[in-house]
Amino acid sequence: MIRLSIPLRQALSRLSLPVLVALAFGTMLIGKADTLLVERARMALSDTLAPIYAVVAEPLGAVRDAVQEAHALWAIRAENLRLREENERLHRWQAAALSLDAENALLRRQLNVIPEAPTSLRTARVVADAGGTYARAVLLALAPGVEIRKGQVALDERGLAGRVTEVGSRSARVLLVTDMNSRIPVTLEGSRARAILSGTNGDNPRLQHWPEGTRPQEGERVVTSAEASVFPAGLPVGTVHWTEGGTAEVQLFARLDRLDVLRIFDFGLSGILPPESVARPEPRPRR
Amino acid sequence: MAIKGRPEPAPGLLRRLDALARAAFPAATTALLMVLVAAPVGLPSALPAVTLACVFFWSLFRPAAMSPVVCFVLGLLQDLLTFSPLGIGVFTMLVVHGLVLRLRRLLARQSFLLVWLSFAGFAAGAALLGFVLQAVLNWRLPAFWPALVQFVLCVGFYPALAAMLTPLHKAMQRAEDLA
Repeated sequence: MIRLSIPLRQALSRLSLPVLVALAFGTMLIGKADTLLVERARMALSDTLAPIYAVVAEPLGAVRDAVQEAHALWAIRAENLRLREENERLHRWQAAALSLDAENALLRRQLNVIPEAPTSLRTARVVADAGGTYARAVLLALAPGVEIRKGQVALDERGLAGRVTEVGSRSARVLLVTDMNSRIPVTLEGSRARAILSGTNGDNPRLQHWPEGTRPQEGERVVTSAEASVFPAGLPVGTVHWTEGGTAEVQLFARLDRLDVLRIFDFGLSGILPPESVARPEPRPRR
Repeated sequence: MAIKGRPEPAPGLLRRLDALARAAFPAATTALLMVLVAAPVGLPSALPAVTLACVFFWSLFRPAAMSPVVCFVLGLLQDLLTFSPLGIGVFTMLVVHGLVLRLRRLLARQSFLLVWLSFAGFAAGAALLGFVLQAVLNWRLPAFWPALVQFVLCVGFYPALAAMLTPLHKAMQRAEDLA
């Protein structure tokens, strides 16, 4: 270390600032005059610092990854909602496509088909579960003026839910397909075999009475059959599932445990006789 | 500050190293901080803000360790790390350093809030100076936004930096008092 006298040091320290300011102007001039030199200096500095940045980049990258992960996790919620919605929509489309497919196959087999009568549709809100004589039934609230008849078909957004059994002026009761009293003629879509879907009061109704030799396949789609002219053919019902006990059940497309709005279709069918006529059969005309 | 009646211990190697470390600490930390801040992380560069805040803080509270030469080097480092015309940072740092030294007697005793306010004034001045110098050096009116952003960043960064540097400064002061 160079030892300097105190006055000289003071003078130097007082002088250093102006000198350095002058030097700063000098650097400005150099920066303007010789851009190549500045460029080279910058690159030299960058080269020196590059290893440091490489080391720093590791934890920074980790932090950034964590932040992105958090963002992604946060986005998953919205994504999930979107996907669920999309799934819902696609389910509907799948049902449409499959039923069209089945219809197409049917039409191909027999030409000259008379088109079915156009359907009309009402939607009604489900206001209560159960009640009434049935274990598995829902009550619909109807707007005044909405006309609903007994025997009309109720579907939720995915598939068959049940049948209208009682109609009041402002409400209607729908017997769900899971109820013990429900018997519905169905078709196994793969084999076109007819069967009966009978409710058990459990979540999945059973398949019964399929013709011998055409065992329902696991996962096979089940659609309604027009057999008793209660339902139109081809409404989606569910898929076949064999239980461990060896009974054929149908896993329904419709989500009967969370019904909120049902679509009531009028297919113009009159397969169900009004109860009055069942109770009092009309006398046979005398010959 | 030696207590009377106690002999001054001979300056040994460790003691001298300690003093040297203390003297070099502000400049070294500032340079390190600048390099870290300049790391490409995808954030808007807070480099001028950090440099200005450090130079201001150390010039105010520890001028012995923040000499004009150190300011010059730090300014040059800033100019080389950013892509502004060479010399602007150097000049700005020297001006800030000189002004702070002038106002030191007045500012060093004030509360943090007042110091911060005065720093905001310095930041505004520095941003304006940078704007003017860029306009002159490039002979073209630069955009106004960067200067404003720089000013806001400066003012915003200062409390955090001060909170970080004040304990260090206090610790060094305590060490010096003990020695």
